[in-house]
Amino acid sequence: MTAAALRSARRSVPGVFVALALTLVVGWLVVAIDGGQLFNQSTTVSLLHVAAGLGLVAVGQTLVVLGGSLDLSVAYVVSLSTLVAAETMNGRDGALLPGIGLALAVSAAIGLFNGLLVTRLRINAFIATLGVGLLLKGYLDNGYDGPAGSTSPALVQTLGYQRVGPVPVSFLLLIAVTGACWFVLSRTRFGHHLVAVGGDPQVARLSGVRNDRVLVTAHVICALCAGLAGIYLASRLGSGAPRVGTEGLYDLESIAAVVIGGTALAGGRGGVIGTVGGVLLLASIDAIFNQLEVDAFFKQVIRGAVIIVAVAVYARRTLRKAAW
Amino acid sequence: MQIVQRRPGSPRWAGAGGVLPILAILGVLLILVTVRQPDFLAPASLMSFLGRSAPIILLAAGQYFVIVSGEFDLSVGALVTAQVVVAARIIDSDPTRTWPAVLVLLGGGALVGLVNGLITTRLRVPSFITTLGMFLILVGAVYLWSNGAPKGGFSEEFRQFGRRAVEDVPVLGRVPYSLLVLLVLAALAVLLTRSDFGRILVAVGDNPRTARLSGVRVRRVRTIAFILSGLAAAVAAILIGGYSGVSFQAGAGLEFGSITAVVLGGVALGGGRGSVVGAMLGAVTLELLFALMNFYGVSGALRPTVQGAIILFAVAVATRRSSSR
Repeated sequence: MTAAALRSARRSVPGVFVALALTLVVGWLVVAIDGGQLFNQSTTVSLLHVAAGLGLVAVGQTLVVLGGSLDLSVAYVVSLSTLVAAETMNGRDGALLPGIGLALAVSAAIGLFNGLLVTRLRINAFIATLGVGLLLKGYLDNGYDGPAGSTSPALVQTLGYQRVGPVPVSFLLLIAVTGACWFVLSRTRFGHHLVAVGGDPQVARLSGVRNDRVLVTAHVICALCAGLAGIYLASRLGSGAPRVGTEGLYDLESIAAVVIGGTALAGGRGGVIGTVGGVLLLASIDAIFNQLEVDAFFKQVIRGAVIIVAVAVYARRTLRKAAW
Repeated sequence: MQIVQRRPGSPRWAGAGGVLPILAILGVLLILVTVRQPDFLAPASLMSFLGRSAPIILLAAGQYFVIVSGEFDLSVGALVTAQVVVAARIIDSDPTRTWPAVLVLLGGGALVGLVNGLITTRLRVPSFITTLGMFLILVGAVYLWSNGAPKGGFSEEFRQFGRRAVEDVPVLGRVPYSLLVLLVLAALAVLLTRSDFGRILVAVGDNPRTARLSGVRVRRVRTIAFILSGLAAAVAAILIGGYSGVSFQAGAGLEFGSITAVVLGGVALGGGRGSVVGAMLGAVTLELLFALMNFYGVSGALRPTVQGAIILFAVAVATRRSSSR
């Protein structure tokens, strides 16, 4: 079963990347006809920056979705993490590591709480993580009216703005995290167990998998990824931002990216590489429309349509395979 | 989420029980409210409370049909916002356009439900994604159409459903129109769940494969469920527009609110279990919770925290009850 799941994960990868290539070619043509240039330095850099933020969240989300769960609290974890990091650092380079450490620790604790609610109290993941999101929203709304704290300048200069050629350091971080998650999913026992739990929890349990422990771990990793995205955003913005996660719609968009990347929402099938493809697809569409100076509201309409169409096309492909 | 569809016995996802747990929670909240505000149970304030809660109760009933058939509708909040803004622009303070506008809203709600249903069932897009996409499309479209600021206004005839009441009723005093609308539609919803269609809907949510093999047109049944949810959103939009006027925030958060209400009412996400009465009671509980926070003076910013804690607690209790049975 695991082998089959892995094979389908590998097969599902090209789909989204074909769509990505097509989008970029068509986008490049349209922008060129419009008299612009899609692939200049600044658009590429900003595209990769957008992808890095959403990508970190979405890669973590992939793990919980693979396990048959989901996490709607990530947007608030992102916001909280920016604040914890920026307030701990308070503009001092000396507090860089404690700031990052504390932000990640708080995120991991929230992930642990999510995981325990889902496994021990058996609350449906949708409601459990929605509820935890509300808890955090209340804390953020009550404590903060606007930006707070100040990110350490060293972090702003590196993670926030430094790049290697046209590739920002933050995107390299995304690649590293994705690589680590890919390794964990395809080469470790935990990864195989997670896919098994998502595919069929009862069969997994009967085969000796400790379902609860596996799911809790997935939730912790997901929250850690969201925390990392928060640290990145804090380094980008220079301070903690209490609404950055919800305004970026990171909860719903990360799930959309996961599904566009070919991971089944019911769990048990998919992978992180496809998710990065989904994130790049969403970011490219954004970049193309920015280049064409399309109305922001129109952009949102197109975004909604693209999400549906992408998943519909993907569903057709799997349907045809199932018929074989 | 959708695991329940395939394996109804899976305990981790089993969240469904009868209406007993929700009645117990409702009872506790009622006691807490009356301790603080003894005249809450007086007919006048109870009537106005139920009248104000009518939109979310109707949305919960609509959401119930979708959820019990094994799907989700995340587009209802955006649909309510879109409908309120569209209605204001169509009516543009002209009383003669009231009824055409109501028809447009009902037709629009049914159409959005139909599109949700067709995309989900025919194109096999998970409803979570379909309705999330619809959510983005509706919000974007309504802002685009009105250039970022709502235009037009309601006629008094349109607003009466949300804000007027039948005066001088014996014993009860003042009965809001919205409560009457709620009672009629709630009765219809209960009748619908008792009908063949209602039973088939639950069967589809419980196990679509078995339902299909016994000759049920699964896709059609689920599409109808989405249409019902769209219609509920249309009626809710009429009531909300009447009560609080035009705003882009009219329907904000109602999708999560209605899903929470349905789950509080003992309906299993993933489908197949739960009753529409439970779903509507869940909505009443949620509204009572807001009233409670008002009476106890919980600050506006802290409300989500209290709400989240109580939802987690209530759902944990409800789940525990049903799994120990």
